[in-house]
Amino acid sequence: MPLTYDREALFDRFPLASKSKNLSHLFDPRKDIPKSSFGVRMVKMTDLPTKGGFSFDLCTRNQMLLDKGVQMPPFRKTGTTIVGLVFQDGVVLGADTRATEGPIVADKNCEKIHFMAPNIYCCGAGTAADTEAVTDMVSSQLQLHRYATGRESRVVTALTLLKSHLFSYQGHVSAALVLGGVDVTGPHLHTVYPHGSTDTLPFATMGSGSLAAMSVFESKYREGLTREEGIELVAEAICAGIFNDLGSGSNVDVCVITKGQTEYLRNYQLPNPRTYISSKGYSFVKGQTEVLSTKITPIQSKVQTVEGGDAMEE
Amino acid sequence: MSIFEYNGSALVAMVGKNCFAIASDRRLGVQLQTVATDFQRVFKIHDRLYIGLSGLATDAQTMYQKLVFRHKLYQLREERDMKPQTFASLVSALLYEKRFGPFFCQPVIAGLGDNDEPFICTMDCLGAKELAKDFVVSGTASESLYGACESMYKPDMEPEELFETISQALLSSVDRDCLSGWGGYVLLVTPTEVQEKILKGRMD
Repeated sequence: MPLTYDREALFDRFPLASKSKNLSHLFDPRKDIPKSSFGVRMVKMTDLPTKGGFSFDLCTRNQMLLDKGVQMPPFRKTGTTIVGLVFQDGVVLGADTRATEGPIVADKNCEKIHFMAPNIYCCGAGTAADTEAVTDMVSSQLQLHRYATGRESRVVTALTLLKSHLFSYQGHVSAALVLGGVDVTGPHLHTVYPHGSTDTLPFATMGSGSLAAMSVFESKYREGLTREEGIELVAEAICAGIFNDLGSGSNVDVCVITKGQTEYLRNYQLPNPRTYISSKGYSFVKGQTEVLSTKITPIQSKVQTVEGGDAMEE
Repeated sequence: MSIFEYNGSALVAMVGKNCFAIASDRRLGVQLQTVATDFQRVFKIHDRLYIGLSGLATDAQTMYQKLVFRHKLYQLREERDMKPQTFASLVSALLYEKRFGPFFCQPVIAGLGDNDEPFICTMDCLGAKELAKDFVVSGTASESLYGACESMYKPDMEPEELFETISQALLSSVDRDCLSGWGGYVLLVTPTEVQEKILKGRMD
């Protein structure tokens, strides 16, 4: 079948082509190479690095596998306890440090409090890849915004960027966040749900351990807490999640944000130390493992300096 | 049957004193039938950076080819090799790009960074990074590997002891997994040399 750009022939074969009257959708804007009449691109997609955003080209294959009865793998989730509260000078955020993959603990000490701006931090629960990617993306956008405006970032800016991204993916980007920070308008604490709704609260909990942590907050929270009281209350709430919820565990991370200063207390409490380890450990004798063949390659350094070379002639 | 159990795999990387080791099994299967006993899962990116890819074998090979392509472009532009941390971010971005139609592979990245500081990291199939200071595991035998490494690992091991430890952890774990095994392949990297060893294991 010869190449043809005849409009009528194309509309007969491809009803969707009639949507764009000037056939511009069949032309690749990056490279001005027209498609053949079968709608097949003459230049392969893998030639150029992608411009960003999601790529859906494996979806057909994966759907075919699902239809054949193959199960989708479990993604790494942060079955989590994350909390935040507003105290008299600012905001305290807290999180546990366990990352799970199904029932297995994948990471015993992961970081769930993500940097957004020097005065704004965000805790993430849900699919780990989604929380990391969405907080990194918004953090970069906030930095660009700071360069453009020349001002400190505001918490509501981060909130709007997050909620509009999550809403546009209709909940498929599974990130539940507790966003807190202090800007010129004062301390703020917000929760963001995977579908894009937000709440503004004086104290908030999210994740699988949120009920355990909320019980602590509901009994002990009051307005006008001091910094020490705030940190202690947050640590207590996270510990409630660690000990009562199976999806949360290991250590307590705390982040205190006040006007002009942020303190990230990584591993503020370690209530689950490994005490059963034997000091001797396992020791294997050299040569204990049977080896069939060995190949040793020396690593050559690529830059070779020549000491005391001849002086250059004038 | 999960997509990760289609081919079967076992991968582990451990950190030692100014060195690291990355090890894999050698079986390639189609569900319960073994098709190859010399399958390569650990690939070289440059002299001091290696990546192991577990999960669906076809996706592992495609992922490796895309990564080598990107690294070669980087080398041409920057006139140097990529640092392990940068490479881990690259792998994570490539995997997350396919968030709604992912590659079914879980990478294990191991490299020597600045000052011969060893770096290891693993990710799930969406690119959620897990930077560990001791060991990382991946594959169908991962549950046994977690247990074996947790008990056998010691910090600051010398290269010979690290080799023995990682080999014993790998062999004992794959013996408890039907879908991986048929020998082992261990790659030990120190600042001066790279040692590749093929291990003798149970062939069942």
